[in-house]
Amino acid sequence: MKKYSHLTISLIAVATGLIFAFLLTLLTGKNPYDLLTALVRSMTGFNLQNIGSFNITYVLNWFLNAVPIILTGLSVAFAYRTGLFNIGGEGQIIAGSTAAAAVAILFDLPPVIHPIVCILAAALAGALWGLLPGFLKAYRNINEVVICIMMNYSGMYFCSWFTKRFLPIDPNTNERTISILKSAELPQVFTSTTSQFNWGFLVAIIGLFVFWFIIEKTTFGYSLRATGFNKEAARFAGMKVERNITLSMMIAGAFSGIAGAVLILGIYKYGRIFTTFDNYGFDGISVALVGGAQSIGVFLAGLLFGLFKAASGNLQLFNIPKEISELIQAIIIYLVAIQYAITLLLNKINMKKNKNQLENKVEGGNTSCN
Amino acid sequence: MKKLLKVALAAFMAVGLTACSGSGEKDEVTVAFVTDTGGINDKSFNQTSYQGLVDFTKEMGYAEPKYIESKADADYIPNLTTFADEKVDLIVAAGFKFDKAIAAVAEKYADQKLLVIDVGWLDAGKYKNVQQAVFTEHEGSFLVGVVAALKAQELGEKTVGYITGGDSASMLKFYAGYQQGVWAVDPEMKVLYDNANKFDDVALGKTLAEKQFAECSVIFHAAGGTGNGVIEAAKEAVLNGKEKWVIGVDKDQYEEGFYDDAKTKSVILTSMLKRVDVAAYNAAKAVAEGTFKGGVVTYALKDNGVGLPENNPNLTDDITAKVKDFTQKVVDGEITVSETPVTNAENPNTTFTGSTSQN
Repeated sequence: MKKYSHLTISLIAVATGLIFAFLLTLLTGKNPYDLLTALVRSMTGFNLQNIGSFNITYVLNWFLNAVPIILTGLSVAFAYRTGLFNIGGEGQIIAGSTAAAAVAILFDLPPVIHPIVCILAAALAGALWGLLPGFLKAYRNINEVVICIMMNYSGMYFCSWFTKRFLPIDPNTNERTISILKSAELPQVFTSTTSQFNWGFLVAIIGLFVFWFIIEKTTFGYSLRATGFNKEAARFAGMKVERNITLSMMIAGAFSGIAGAVLILGIYKYGRIFTTFDNYGFDGISVALVGGAQSIGVFLAGLLFGLFKAASGNLQLFNIPKEISELIQAIIIYLVAIQYAITLLLNKINMKKNKNQLENKVEGGNTSCN
Repeated sequence: MKKLLKVALAAFMAVGLTACSGSGEKDEVTVAFVTDTGGINDKSFNQTSYQGLVDFTKEMGYAEPKYIESKADADYIPNLTTFADEKVDLIVAAGFKFDKAIAAVAEKYADQKLLVIDVGWLDAGKYKNVQQAVFTEHEGSFLVGVVAALKAQELGEKTVGYITGGDSASMLKFYAGYQQGVWAVDPEMKVLYDNANKFDDVALGKTLAEKQFAECSVIFHAAGGTGNGVIEAAKEAVLNGKEKWVIGVDKDQYEEGFYDDAKTKSVILTSMLKRVDVAAYNAAKAVAEGTFKGGVVTYALKDNGVGLPENNPNLTDDITAKVKDFTQKVVDGEITVSETPVTNAENPNTTFTGSTSQN
């Protein structure tokens, strides 16, 4: 039985999603060439309908949009590799955003060091927000999904209270804090452009490397993966399963927290009082799924979903409803999920033929731990 | 497969080329709109402001103005920039959430004309091409306060309600005017205050309204989408045989208050209009006529910037006449409406205890 690689599956899904989108624009009486123009412009900065014009801002905005979801993608992927489902990204981002804003406003530190301290504080806050779900999962076997969702809401309300209570509020709006200190900002990379593309991208790159290093190259990462494959086997082999699960959720939380810091320091430049979720955490789930929970996969999937996010403005400029970009994303996710199920199915058929390999095969995709 | 792809591509190109021709008349004034996360059909701020631009283009015989809906607060600057790069003559955005984004874009595009509605605190000397439209909501709220108090008197009650979506300085103007309007009719009347702290939570609006309706029969909501929950609560109460009224905000909400199938009866007593469409229309018109100016532009009661709708089917002639009286007094300057509300500590007839955030 031939086993398709995750890359093949994802590429097929992306292609199908795009073809679907073109057909749909055609069906709804819009011009598919406009869709193509909008997507190409968001990727390359060139306008197909006005060849002479080129605007680098669009390319930079694409990468700008990819940065936070690469980080939340890493967050979900990290937990996933230990057999956990981190749906608590929203709460962790909010905790990280608030911590970063607090450090960026209340502490006066020299440039370069200031944003780094902010990001570390955000990582810590995110990790703290991952601690409870991880701990309860590890020691009391309480479903982490339920706890994570509750932590999202507690995070939103707690941070809203914290910000209003302890941080200076902008008197004009009462909806956010005053601006963060200049020294804490993540500056624009290319100051001559109008894009807000900032040094936060470096954080995402470091994140990708750290993820790869911990998971693939350390003993700790190996024992995390072993826990994800089969908890009981890992315990039998002498690994500290409970500690692994708790730490994994905390590290996942730290990644999301950092995403929050990058948004505050690079884009908003003020502390926010959250009343709704921004969905970066949920986008992270899609990114991790399509990226196969691998470092390089998360990077590519993050770029892909970042493109759809960034294209929203251009699509509307060319009279294509912004829902089209959401639709393409949805189709890709469905297809990847279904393909995944198909691979599983194929594996199961294979297993019956070869009972000896049963143990090995199940661990490939099954993440539920007993 | 390859052949099919080629045919498809050729088809796309052909359609694209035909679509391209037709544009390019240079003298046409182009206007564009960027929404906040509420979207273009929010039945409120975005929709009404955009309508002002539509009115303008219709009058001039231009194509409908373009708009971009923002998916997150982080999209404001990129979306404004997109239009600035398209060399649109005037970009309009509504809501105080846009203040920093507008300032950032104005800094990068010094010649770009921008209109931001409900922001009045940007440095007018620095941002010369940014027009900031503000409204005297306290004056309009004063009038609906008069209406609420008169209706409560009619029902033999001594309490009226108020539900807000936030307590920033600009939101407090609503409550300030409302208080003064109520107390202009009856200084002993109690004015409830509840802050949902959200403009998009229908369920919370409903809960707060149910709480207030236990004590009173008229509620003024200044809460955007949260206010839809207030209207919902009134409809339910009316269908259960109680007499409850809601005063709408921003636009004439009469149609949203229908509670019978024939759509003839509404729980909306009246609405406090805030003519954001007029602000958008005027700015677009000014650009066309070459008279566009930066700085703060105030739309007051005397400019028809705020006020009550022309038709209020649920108001008696007596109330309408009295409101007219008060309108005249405010316009003439005989009554000056203050922008800051009175707290419970200063007057026990209000439940307002001050803004929840430090200033």
